Amino acid sequence: MFDVSQIRKDFPILEEKIYGKPLVYLDNGATTQRPLTVVDKMTEYYLRYNSNVHRGVHYLSNKCTDANEEAREIVRKFIGAASAEEIIFTRGTTESINLVAHSFGEAFIHEGDEIVVTEMEHHANIVPWQMLCERKKAVLKVVPFNDKGELDMEAFGKLMNERVKLVGVAYVSNVLGTVNPVKQIIDAAHVFGAYVLVDGAQAIQHIPVDMQALDCDFFAFSGHKIYGPTGVGVLYGKKSLLEQMPPWQGGGEMIKEVRFEKTTYNELPFKFEAGTPDFIGVIGLGEALEYVNRIGREEIARYEHELLGYAMEQIRAIPGIILYGDAAEKSSVISFGIEGIHPFDLGTLLDKMGIAIRTGQLCAEPVMQHFGVNAMARASLAMYNTREEIDVFCAGLKKIEQIFKM
Amino acid sequence: MTIKEIQDQIVEEFSMYDDWMDKYAYLIEIGNGLEAMDEAHKTEDNLIKGCQSRVWFHAELKDGKLYFEADSDAIITKGIAGLLIRVFSGQAPHDIVNANLDFIDTIGLTQHLSPTRSNGLLSMVKQIKYYALAYEGK
Repeated sequence: MFDVSQIRKDFPILEEKIYGKPLVYLDNGATTQRPLTVVDKMTEYYLRYNSNVHRGVHYLSNKCTDANEEAREIVRKFIGAASAEEIIFTRGTTESINLVAHSFGEAFIHEGDEIVVTEMEHHANIVPWQMLCERKKAVLKVVPFNDKGELDMEAFGKLMNERVKLVGVAYVSNVLGTVNPVKQIIDAAHVFGAYVLVDGAQAIQHIPVDMQALDCDFFAFSGHKIYGPTGVGVLYGKKSLLEQMPPWQGGGEMIKEVRFEKTTYNELPFKFEAGTPDFIGVIGLGEALEYVNRIGREEIARYEHELLGYAMEQIRAIPGIILYGDAAEKSSVISFGIEGIHPFDLGTLLDKMGIAIRTGQLCAEPVMQHFGVNAMARASLAMYNTREEIDVFCAGLKKIEQIFKM
Repeated sequence: MTIKEIQDQIVEEFSMYDDWMDKYAYLIEIGNGLEAMDEAHKTEDNLIKGCQSRVWFHAELKDGKLYFEADSDAIITKGIAGLLIRVFSGQAPHDIVNANLDFIDTIGLTQHLSPTRSNGLLSMVKQIKYYALAYEGK
């Protein structure tokens, strides 16, 4: 039974007062808060078990290594990967995508090849591909979206051909909240022999995912957007594909034998994990996923969907409101503006009321250009947000409207 | 009036408001009342780069004094720019270079000064001081 008041007790920060007012945290798309259990787990490892992984013969090193590999298994189950070798720990979604752009790019992308992304991607799913295209003289193609924030699937179909080697697409847009038809995209891309990377940064915390059902070739997400620590993320890749890819960064851990004549590389997944990983972060991420599992992903999705519906209904009633992204399939992200008020002013004044939202270009300048604006305001929800908080937020917006009328 | 005297005046004006909302309403009023900037001065060169809002600052030296114009698409930013113009416009470059800016802290706008907030206040102050340095001794 999903009980939001019970869940809120797991997140001490939600009790904080900001300028003397109760915190209303609606910047979950940027980062979510961590439950006590995650912080406790990491503290326990720092205080009692800290020791470098995969190297030591001693008790503590083995303890951390086991916990690190248990976390890998938790991630595997969480996303339905076939094997733990397919789970590579990175610093976050951005690093996961860069890894693919470098390593997969090195082996699979050649002059004249095409890479397809969408107009609604986060910069992290645009710039690494642009850099790759520059290195390899490949061509970047862009799938546009309509004013509701839905991908133009007809245009996508027309862009696909045998030259396309990779499609990069966000499962959920960090600006529009659109849940993209990734399954349809993956199946269509595969018909043309193209691989698909799904940017799951804004999906993993809201939508249950299964790599077997999805059949994507790569899936990237960050720990800190699903109640885990910052600085740790995941790259899932199909084993057969990862095996054909060269290592990206060289160093300790990723090697099998080092000779000055020739160095050979470690097995998956270690081949892609050079240097000491943030193993305590990894252990924290494992705990965060277990926490989400205990609450229930279906229950979370149902609650958040209902809360989003309520929020959209309330926000639509604000005078002068402009909504960016009104797709039929939408997740917990609401980007908006108010007629005649700059998003920066909105964010600054909401902050004074203890309400945290994001404003600016939201790391998606092409989306700003699509709507012809320099900035947007964004409220993004998590499982611990409530209807009462939405009410406070909307009352805040109305108050700002009045300040501007004065 | 000297820079110090103008700052004291601003501090006194803001001290009338206990409520943050009134302070911001006043800033918005200052922003709305700011003299329109010559469109010809809204150039890429005069644009202070910041992720959150766009701010233009233009400076001109007349009879040994610096005169500033500014505009922003965000009204609070424009209000802050208006305050800075009130303090610095018509002052000698040397005095601007040496001015301290305690009044920002005193009126409770310090949070806008953090370099990472990229809302322009720090960049605006830097830009004003930079203009003053460039014109100092001319």
